[in-house]
This record gives sequence, structure tokens and C-alpha cells, in this order.
Amino acid sequence: MRLRVRDGRIIDPAHNVDSVADVLIEDGRIVGLEPATDPDRGSTQGDAQVIDATGKIVCPGFIDMHVHFRDPGYEYKEDIETGSRAAAAGGFTTVCCMPNTDPVIDNGAVASYVRKRAQDAGVIDVLPFGSITKRQAGEELSEMGELVRAGCVGFSDDGKPVMRADVMRNALSYSRIFNAPIISHCEDLNLTRDGQMHEGYYSFVFGLKGIPAEAEETMVARDLLLARLTGGRLHVCHVSTRGSLELIRRAKAEGIAVTCEVTPHHLTLTDEVVGSYDTNTKVNPPLRSEDHVQALRQALSEGLIDCIATDHAPHHLESKDCEYAAAAPGIAGLETAVAVIMDRLVHSGALDITKMVSLFTVGPARVLGLDRGTLSPGARADITIIDPDRVKRVNPETFNSKARNTPFAGMELRGWPWMTISEGRVVAHDGSVG
Amino acid sequence: MGFDQRKDLLGLRDLGREEIEQILDTAIPMKDIVQREIKKVPTLRGKGLITVFYENSTRTRTSFELAGKYLSADTSNLAVSTSSVQKGETLRDTIKTIEMMGPQVIIMRHSMSGAPHYVARNTSMRVINAGDGTNEHPTQGLLDMFTIREHKGRLDGLKVAILGDILHSRVARSNIYGLLKFGCEVRVAGPPTLIPPDVERLGVKPCFTLEEAIRGADVINVLRIQKERQQAGLFPSVDEYSNLYMLRPDHLRLAAPGAIVLHPGPMNRGVEISSEMADGPRSVINEQVMNGVAVRMAVLFLMMGGGRDEAAS
Repeated sequence: MRLRVRDGRIIDPAHNVDSVADVLIEDGRIVGLEPATDPDRGSTQGDAQVIDATGKIVCPGFIDMHVHFRDPGYEYKEDIETGSRAAAAGGFTTVCCMPNTDPVIDNGAVASYVRKRAQDAGVIDVLPFGSITKRQAGEELSEMGELVRAGCVGFSDDGKPVMRADVMRNALSYSRIFNAPIISHCEDLNLTRDGQMHEGYYSFVFGLKGIPAEAEETMVARDLLLARLTGGRLHVCHVSTRGSLELIRRAKAEGIAVTCEVTPHHLTLTDEVVGSYDTNTKVNPPLRSEDHVQALRQALSEGLIDCIATDHAPHHLESKDCEYAAAAPGIAGLETAVAVIMDRLVHSGALDITKMVSLFTVGPARVLGLDRGTLSPGARADITIIDPDRVKRVNPETFNSKARNTPFAGMELRGWPWMTISEGRVVAHDGSVG
Repeated sequence: MGFDQRKDLLGLRDLGREEIEQILDTAIPMKDIVQREIKKVPTLRGKGLITVFYENSTRTRTSFELAGKYLSADTSNLAVSTSSVQKGETLRDTIKTIEMMGPQVIIMRHSMSGAPHYVARNTSMRVINAGDGTNEHPTQGLLDMFTIREHKGRLDGLKVAILGDILHSRVARSNIYGLLKFGCEVRVAGPPTLIPPDVERLGVKPCFTLEEAIRGADVINVLRIQKERQQAGLFPSVDEYSNLYMLRPDHLRLAAPGAIVLHPGPMNRGVEISSEMADGPRSVINEQVMNGVAVRMAVLFLMMGGGRDEAAS
């Protein structure tokens, strides 16, 4: 099975490639690039399927290292197949799913189930994270070795931060056996209790209990100190405050093994949008004030942030069609992430396109230690093709995800994923999967 | 835009000065009705309103019900406790059920901020917010403003001190939003744990002592302190609170001559307000209660009154 993606603008930040060329694929692997100027190109590939990518941007397959697929346990919100389809439609070829399922991914059997279900769905690749502690209870370490054997590529207790510093210390220390990151949702639950939105001017104006930036920052500081103490690899997920960035900046300068991610919604929305009491704006960590959003954008372009991740958190309608305080936090972000970043950051000039591609490809691949996120010969033929000028309105009714919860509904965005190729197979085209 | 052009009354934050004035002006003749021997006019005959309280408040509910009855509306009351919600019925379903019973107006109290906004988006009934979480209590704000205007002859440029738990007070918010539209100088005072962050950005001056807030004030509005806040660790004890923040007669010497004292009730005497102040000559607390009925009559009249609804049908 041969495929030729022809005449696209290839951007492969892992190897500083930015040129118009063809990508050749055979049997699910990248064969190589063929410059558009090569007079003989295509002569030996007569039997290949040709995809005309003129005017499009051809990138290594995008990786989203933070999604929730709700399977097993909450399949009515999302299952691995619908989640995979949403990922493919959104331009992603690899995703990592969080272990806050029921049962929790705290043993090899559940991790194997996730891998098997993803393979059966046959859309994109799903790599699970195992929980740091048994049942995500924050007390005893999970059997990390068994989880790694079953395919886990990192550990996280996700939305249940490990509150005990001694347990976190042991996790960071023990995980060094596997060189796998400990992914920390940094939140001091004692500071966020009952909080509904970012604490500040608007939390008073809207009468909703605030969550101070310091609830995140104190835990970032703690985890950085523990990473220094243990030599473990810390990944701070969905960084959302200026202070967290400052702490991470200093830690990186000091040589602490820390990486971090930021979400499209934290980069583009402020706490002011909560004023409608639209529960689709409720997310954890909460949407922050303008100064934090500016700090995130600055850090993104400076290279302090390692990757963009969606924190795709699909919810059933009932969890959102209710009072604000009763609503579940989270945004179904897989199908809008690329368009939101393209429209709001790349087209506005705030972020260079090459930088953006690296944040979705080689960035997360490095965090996870994966041999992906590049178009090198021999690599998995995972390719994301973007149409930079496609203008489309966000319509949750057309989502491949089971969920509809997005604050971006109705927004007109420019720059959408056009085609997703997973292991050499076209799995999504202009939002349609299959 | 006049207030009578609006579908709902959700808060004073998004109400214009003219709309507030229209309500306050309409409340003047309504107060005459409340003070009459026969307190009944046929204005809203054949119209239905329902109070739905997800949080207990006998006085606010009764005030709305009497306001409706004095205007000859048919009033009904659905007592819903938070526990019945936990049994399963969603707010949307409850509201749908009520809607099918045919009232034109639903008056709602809810423990969660924004709940009436959610309801307003999901029903064709007119919605009046009778207090939502820590967000707003617009009719309380309006009755406070009515009372202040009655005594001071104006609202513009007054110095107003609001004392107590500002952070969790919907009364404080509605007062602040309303009063700022009239150019009032609003100071808020309480322990720092009960003063909202960034409140200055609204144009409100935060103070940590009563004295600072009261100096030169024309109006002192004392809020009820909730003892749960002590359990939450926001102040060390009720005793300490009253030592530092209870309004006493000697405080009045700092205020402007003729300053008046308000309290939304129910009062914790000896905690946030001394009995001498509550019952003293500067207190307008009992008048606030009567004005509450008048203001609610005004709101109901403007929302349900003759012309527009008939024209719409």
C-alpha cells in the first residue's frame, strides 16, 4: 500500500524541514520526502494513491497527550471509539488518555483493555496513562511496572491531585525505573474547595466562588521541589497561571526535569466569559484573567511550554444543562483545538506556524519519550494535513465526539485540519471520519 | 429602554439607571396602596405568579406574595428544598412543569449563582431573581435604594458604607451595582477574609475598619453575618467579630449628620448591629420591610401590567 502526499508545504520541526515536497508512504511507514523540484519524482511510484496537498500544510501526526475517553465506566459520555474518531477529525493521530475511568487504569488489565479497544476501533493510536496511586486514592503507588508492560506511557492521578507530599515524592522517585513522566494536575484542594471560577474581579462580579491562581502555584512549587529531590520527571499539565510559568522557568534553568502543557482554551478565553453562566465555560483549572492568558501566550512563543494538549473532557448534556455550580467542569476540545490555535494565535501573528506544529508533534513526543512526531524515513506514517485558510463555524452538532460541551460553539475560525493519516491510512478528511 | 420592556429581572448589574428610576418612581404610588386600609387594586386581576424558593426565606417570599395579592394577581408558592432536587428532578424539568401551569411570572430564590439566568434562558415565563447564591438580590437592592432616596431626597453622590460579609453577600452586590449607577461613593468594610479581591476595580473602596468606612457616610448598610463563615475559618469567633465590626451608637458620630442605618434582616442583634442602633432614631430597618412590598409591587406591575402583555397576545 503506497501513498504519495503531493505538493504540500512540509513542516517537520524535529528536523527543521519547511519546504514544498511530496511525502512517500509505504506499508504504514514513511519512506521519505521527495522535493517538488525533483524531475523524476513519481516515476517509480506509478501505483501509489496520490493526495494533492497543494496549498496545505503537511505535518507529522499531531499528538494530544491529555484526553479523557471515559471508557471504561462512563461510555455514555464518550467511548474509546467515538473519542478516537473525534481525535482523527481534529487532526490527531496519537492521544494519551487519562486513567480516571471506572475502574481506574491502575492495573495492567484495564490498560490492556484500553489498548485493545483502540486497536479494534482502528482509527488512531491511544496510549493510556496509568494512575500514580491505586484507585487514584493518593495513598499507595500503583504497580507501575505492570502498567508500563501493558502499554502505559506515563502516570497521573489526573483531576485528583496527590495531596500527600510523601506519596508524590515516592512516585517521582520510583518512576525513574521506567523513565516515565509523572503528570501532575497541580491543585491544592484546600484552596479550591467549592470554587467555580478564577478568583478575581469577575468572581466577585458574578457571585461565584473563586479559585485563586495560588491553588495551582503552590502545588507546582511543591512538585518542582520534589522533582529536584528525586530526579524524577515531572510534567505539569494544563498550566494556567503566570506564577506557575515563573516557577517552571526557574526550575528548567536550574536543570530540574520538568515539562509542561497548556490548553487551547486557557490560551484564548478569559474569565470574563463566565458572566453568561454558560456552563461550557466551566473548566478545571478555571479560565483565568487576561494577564494570565497573556503570560501563557508569551511563554508559548518563548518555548517555555513543551506542548499543547486539549484536556478533552467530554460530558453528557445533563452534566452541563444545569446551574453553573452543579455543572461538571470540562471542555470537549479535540475537534476545535487546531482551528482555535490556528485562528487565534497563528493567523493573529502571536505564534509562528512552525512553532505551533512542534507544540503538537515533537513537543509531546519528547515529553513522552515516543519515537513519533516526525516525518523521518522509517517513522510511523502518521500525518496531519492542515488547510490554513479553510473558514468554518464551530458546530458541536457535527462533532464526532459524543459530547457537545464547548465554549467555542458558533465561532468562525480560519485554519482547520484537512486530512488525518494514521499509519498510512486516511482516517479523516475535512471533519469526516472513516 | 424602560424596565417594562424587559423579560426578566435578574440583577441590577445589567439594569440601566433609567430602568431603576422607573421602578423606584412606580413604587411611590404602590407604597400608598400598602398604607391604605383596603390594600387591593384590580390591576393584575387574572394574572398568575408563582414563587419557587430553593432556599428558605419566609420574609422575601411573603413580601412577593403580598405584593402580588395587593395587585389582585393569583399567587402561588412552590416550596422546593435542595434535597428534592437531589432526588432527581432537574431544574429545567421543574420549571417546565411550572410553566405548563400557566403563571406569567416566576419568582425564584436559589442557592446557586446564575440559576435564574439559566431558567430565564429556558422558559417563556418572566423571571424575577429573589436572590441567587452569592450573586444578586435585585429587589433588595431596589428597596434599599428606594428607602435611601425617600430619606435623602436623592441618590446621586451619596456616601454609602456597606458593612460585613461583602464577599458572600448578594445584597452587597446589588447595592453596589445600583448605587454606582447614581455616582454614589461606596465603601465596603469587613475583615479582609470577607472582602472580595479586586473590589477596587468596580470603583468601590475597601476598608478593614468600620471607622474608615463610616466617616462622612450618609448611609450605613449593615449586612447579616452568617455564623457558618466562622466554621469556614473566615474569622476566629463571633465575639471577636462583634468587637471589631458591630455597629454601635458611638460610630454614628463619625457619619454625616442625619445618616441613616439599613439592615436587610434578619438581624443578629449584638453581633453585627447593637440593639441601640437597630431600634434607634436613625434606623430605617422597619421601613425597608414596607418599602420592600411597594418595590415588588412596582416590579410586578411593570412586568405583568396591562398594556404590553395584552398587546403581545
